[in-house]
Amino acid sequence: MPKIVIANTLADGFVAFLRTDGTWSRDIVEGALATTDAEAEALLAEATQAAHENRVLDPYLIEVAANAAGNLRPIEYREYIRAFGPSVAIPA
Amino acid sequence: MYRYDEFDSQLVNERVEQFRRQVDRRLAGELSEDQFKPLRLMNGLYLQLHAYMLRINIPYGSLSSHQLRTLAHVARTYDRGYGHFTTRQNIQYNWIQLQQVPDALADLAAAEMHGIQSSGNCIRNVTADQYAGVAADELTDPRIYCEIIRQWSTLHPEFSFLPRKFKIAVTAAPTDRAAVQVHDIGLRMHRNAAGDPGFEVIVGGGQGRTPFIGKIIRDWLAPSDLLSYLEAILRVYNQDGRRDNLYKSRIKILVHQIGAEEFSRRVDAEWQAIRDSALQLPQAEIERIRRYFAGPEFAELADEPDLLRQQADADPQFAAWLKANKADHKMPGYAIANISLKSLNAPPGDMTARQMDAVADLADQYSFGEIRVNHRQNLVLPSVPQRDLNALYQRLAEQQLATANIGHTSDIVACPGLDYCSLANARSIPIAQEIHQRFENMDRLHDIGEVTINISGCMNACGHHHVGNIGILGVDKRGEEYYQFTLGGSSGTDAALGERTGRGFPAAETAPAVERVLRTYLDIRAADERFLDTYRRVGMAPFKEALYGAA
Repeated sequence: MPKIVIANTLADGFVAFLRTDGTWSRDIVEGALATTDAEAEALLAEATQAAHENRVLDPYLIEVAANAAGNLRPIEYREYIRAFGPSVAIPA
Repeated sequence: MYRYDEFDSQLVNERVEQFRRQVDRRLAGELSEDQFKPLRLMNGLYLQLHAYMLRINIPYGSLSSHQLRTLAHVARTYDRGYGHFTTRQNIQYNWIQLQQVPDALADLAAAEMHGIQSSGNCIRNVTADQYAGVAADELTDPRIYCEIIRQWSTLHPEFSFLPRKFKIAVTAAPTDRAAVQVHDIGLRMHRNAAGDPGFEVIVGGGQGRTPFIGKIIRDWLAPSDLLSYLEAILRVYNQDGRRDNLYKSRIKILVHQIGAEEFSRRVDAEWQAIRDSALQLPQAEIERIRRYFAGPEFAELADEPDLLRQQADADPQFAAWLKANKADHKMPGYAIANISLKSLNAPPGDMTARQMDAVADLADQYSFGEIRVNHRQNLVLPSVPQRDLNALYQRLAEQQLATANIGHTSDIVACPGLDYCSLANARSIPIAQEIHQRFENMDRLHDIGEVTINISGCMNACGHHHVGNIGILGVDKRGEEYYQFTLGGSSGTDAALGERTGRGFPAAETAPAVERVLRTYLDIRAADERFLDTYRRVGMAPFKEALYGAA
């Protein structure tokens, strides 16, 4: 199962995904994709370093799969909600 | 209302500036998350699923219009334009940025609000009857004692590292609107045989994964002994409460394990040593605090039954609102107006900045600038002239705040659940909204009458499902959200824990299951019976059959 690293960025706390260049994106489609265990380990090591450097909080790997439209989506519902926000309309 | 004295202001302002410097150090990388986490929690700042979450205390659920406008300002300036009122009379902001928290806290401090002790293993915000000071049935204003407890428990050096968090609720009315039987300590003021007011002291109630109704350990406690007795309880808990297991460290477990009698014996032993100490509450001090809660200068008004009847006859929706949302006020010509935060389209307890500003204006115009928050995630305008109720209703309707459902099926209490909370296993809000939709029809809602539905997204029970007439608990079953039911719970005067019905339901079957329970009630209720009365009369069997089919 392909994996992506999810975390929260320190200063604003918002959910972010690790890009291939080591920066962080709000958008899951920009996340670096690990397709092997070795790639996943390398991504997590990079993210853990970012946490040590106080750029992000609590990074971990999540499993993703492409949906019918070919876009990557988290498998677990909890991570889906983290990636795309509450499943209910925000009061406006 | 209570106003900060110089000590309160200094304390809160100094804390804001201290936290500002701590945040600066965190942002500069000088503090790790492990080092910073306890500091942010001491100021009510959590990290949730999507972002940081800031919890602000609303002491005993009382707000001035100025404070509500400040909450609106914080929602608009530092968050996404709304806030969430909780089951503990607090407010939470879901999208607050760490870098902006110090400014938000400074703005809140200027309006006498803060997040100190809204997290952590300390004495939390003291909650009260939301009708305090205006209820037709109360003995005295319980907020006087809440404020005394607030002052005593604020940064109390001995109780800053308790085994677990600690929640106190106070009521001074025979009808319990403060859920005192399901708190760590519940205080219920009543008169003894001699006619003197004092407190019944209830200890060890609570919810979470091991729910208990509290035990009465003292029938009557003189108000002058309040603080020494509370201190004795906290000392016994601090000394003897378990610290080896997070789930067994609340006072309810200690009381349950050693028994109420032994617990009360230990409290008495401790109390004898400190009862005549500086903790004695002089009557003069009680009177000094009482003056803060003297209340507004009410006009001499007469009750307006004819006017209200006329207006209700002319507008069935207003009639429904009056029936469900108005409560009796102690003064003739006045009424208590409940504002439902359970509309069809917003999560339970959520309120936009625009709505907060509007309610602040309405409070100024119609209710002496006062607002209350209750533990069912609704607001209250405590003192509205009866002749103004119709105008108030019209203005609330313009803000989508006139839902006539207080105490009814769609007045659902729900925790934020998996849509926001990092502890949750399942979502609560969509289930609440789906049930609301099914019971949108006012005639049907009012035909069903009084029933409380409470939904929690995990065992921690922030949605108080154990004490809902219908309780719903979300669980994760192999990656799918399931919802278990309990029936017969109550957080009121007749407090009770609900009883599990059996296996849970997938999300899509949950609202239909609620409907089957309520249809069964309608089929078998005797005249004037509330859902809870019928349940208590007939028991679980017919409801179980409605849920799962004949055995």
